Amino acid sequence: MAAAAATSRRSRLLPGVRRAFQPISEARGLARAMLWTGALVTGLFVFMACFSFVIAPYGFDQYQAHGHRFAQLAHPSSSHLMGTTVQSTDVLSRVIWGAQTELEVVALALLFGLAIGVPLGVISGYFAGWLDRVLVLIMDALFAFPYLLLAIVIAFLLGNSIGRGVFVAAIAITVVYIPQYFRVVRNHVISVREEPYVEAARALGAKPFTIMRRYVFFNVVQNVPVIATLNAADAILTLAALGFLGYGLQPSQAAEWGYDISRATSDASSGIWWTGLYPGIAIVLLVTGLTLLGEGLNETINPVLRRRRVEKVELGSSIVEAEVGP
Amino acid sequence: MAAQGTSLKSYLLTRLALVLPMVFILLTLVFLLMRVAPGDPVSASLGGHVPPRIVQQIKHRLGYDKPILTQYGNYLWDTARLDFGTTITDRRPVRDVIAVNGAATLELTFFAMIVAVAVGLLIGLLAGRFRDTALDVGGRLFGIVIYAMPVFFLGFLAQLFFGSYLGVLPTSDQASPITQALLKTHTNIYLLDAAIDHDWSAFWDIFKHLILPATTLGLVIGGIFIRLIRVNVIRTLKDDYIEAARARGIPERAVVYRHAFRNALVPVITVVGLQMALLLSGAVLTETTFNWPGLGHELVFYLSNRDYAGVQGIIVVFSLVVVAVSVLIDLVSAAIDPRIRY
Repeated sequence: MAAAAATSRRSRLLPGVRRAFQPISEARGLARAMLWTGALVTGLFVFMACFSFVIAPYGFDQYQAHGHRFAQLAHPSSSHLMGTTVQSTDVLSRVIWGAQTELEVVALALLFGLAIGVPLGVISGYFAGWLDRVLVLIMDALFAFPYLLLAIVIAFLLGNSIGRGVFVAAIAITVVYIPQYFRVVRNHVISVREEPYVEAARALGAKPFTIMRRYVFFNVVQNVPVIATLNAADAILTLAALGFLGYGLQPSQAAEWGYDISRATSDASSGIWWTGLYPGIAIVLLVTGLTLLGEGLNETINPVLRRRRVEKVELGSSIVEAEVGP
Repeated sequence: MAAQGTSLKSYLLTRLALVLPMVFILLTLVFLLMRVAPGDPVSASLGGHVPPRIVQQIKHRLGYDKPILTQYGNYLWDTARLDFGTTITDRRPVRDVIAVNGAATLELTFFAMIVAVAVGLLIGLLAGRFRDTALDVGGRLFGIVIYAMPVFFLGFLAQLFFGSYLGVLPTSDQASPITQALLKTHTNIYLLDAAIDHDWSAFWDIFKHLILPATTLGLVIGGIFIRLIRVNVIRTLKDDYIEAARARGIPERAVVYRHAFRNALVPVITVVGLQMALLLSGAVLTETTFNWPGLGHELVFYLSNRDYAGVQGIIVVFSLVVVAVSVLIDLVSAAIDPRIRY
């Protein structure tokens, strides 16, 4: 124990990183399978998003090639693997370009959410007092609000004044998730605040912000990757829902799966399935991938759910403690 | 640590006292969003083809020309009297919208909740009980996939399969036009109205229209219940008192069914309440997908017409409903589980 403390004093970050990844390499069974399946599926979509200009056969709003227009609502065929829409655009291309849109917006939304939610949570939890109460009340109110309504109203208002786009969509989604980061981080900070090592730092005369930055922050961020991954999954659904209701991106700006499905619902009654099915499958796959990743992380990081290989425990020695302790 | 619990009565009083600031904050939030946001609500809703004199007239009628603090005060006072204003575009009192379209939403969400609880309980309990078996993996996969499924995509698939391919179920509206025209209104809840008049063919018609939307929304909410119930069962099965029950020689069946499941379900009640927000969000999407004339459907209508007054009224109602349900759920779970009243 003492030796470990000595090394961690020399390089604070590296052992921390190694410790953070240790449960992942130790994950067994279902948790491991979920983790890797999730990572694989998510990776696939990230790849699709990064290289859509190579993979996609056509542009997301391209309706003609070599001087002649594509057929409207054409069945899937060799020239259009997933068929075409009523505007003659290629469904496959829209699905691929859509991956870029979704990941762009969600990455931006996560970034905003983390940048606002985590610091607010740390400050609120550490200082407590009236600031904490006010923030908790506001965040609880935001959290109680039906998330989609909040996102729609913000997208609607900002769309009316600034105009719709990736940025506005990301902000509308961010507002929904800030309270979640805030709550988790704040509650964790409150328990960490009373830990001996924080008290020791305070006794040594460290300034509050130093304590928050160096001692509290790194001990509470472990939970954040899990929430962030699960929120990313949720955010994809929110963006698709915004698109479905017509408050996502402008159709001329980018391909978006939710919008495509909203256009496809009118096709459903005439038995046309390809315009809605493929964007829908893309959403389900990406969200499932992210959820598996998040749940896998949760099962490996969260000690309550963690299952390890049974290791030899010597009764009456401190090994038991060392194995279980954080 | 003092282990003294609070009495149920004082818990109830504290909880109820906390409602007011919550409602106040929510209302202020809505007001700030709708009024302080840039842009002129009235000209936006009229589409810019109206002479300024008339815009001014409408502004005056709605009180939009008063100072912002006066507007805020009037808004709070009106809301306290349950007057949610009148829409700009079609001049409907929001109270009317709530009575008529809210009834449709109530019908949809009530049956969706039944589907959700049934699916969630069945799969969640079994998956938690038989952890890491094929049943668990199957149940969890179902839970994850259904959670990953946007409610409108599930609706699209249902419309495609049951409406277009099999042609057995209606895929839009709350009832067929004839039923709708002949139905006498008592409660605005169609199913109830038909039952009151003993009009069973209308009842059947309305019920058929309800099946797809309610199942779609219910399955999606149920996916969340599966996850929560499963985790709760697993956690409960690890608890000391389960161990103790086993040690006393109580048969495994009884331990699981009588001790574990019951205790695992108490937190679920709270969670059901928390899903209210999700249920309403899902309802907005389901109503749009199936052209169901509920509050969410109206909200989307007013949004697309840029009717700020209509949007604000419906949003206020939605947030009041969420607060009311969350209080109700807290009270119920406090009455059931003494551990909650700390």
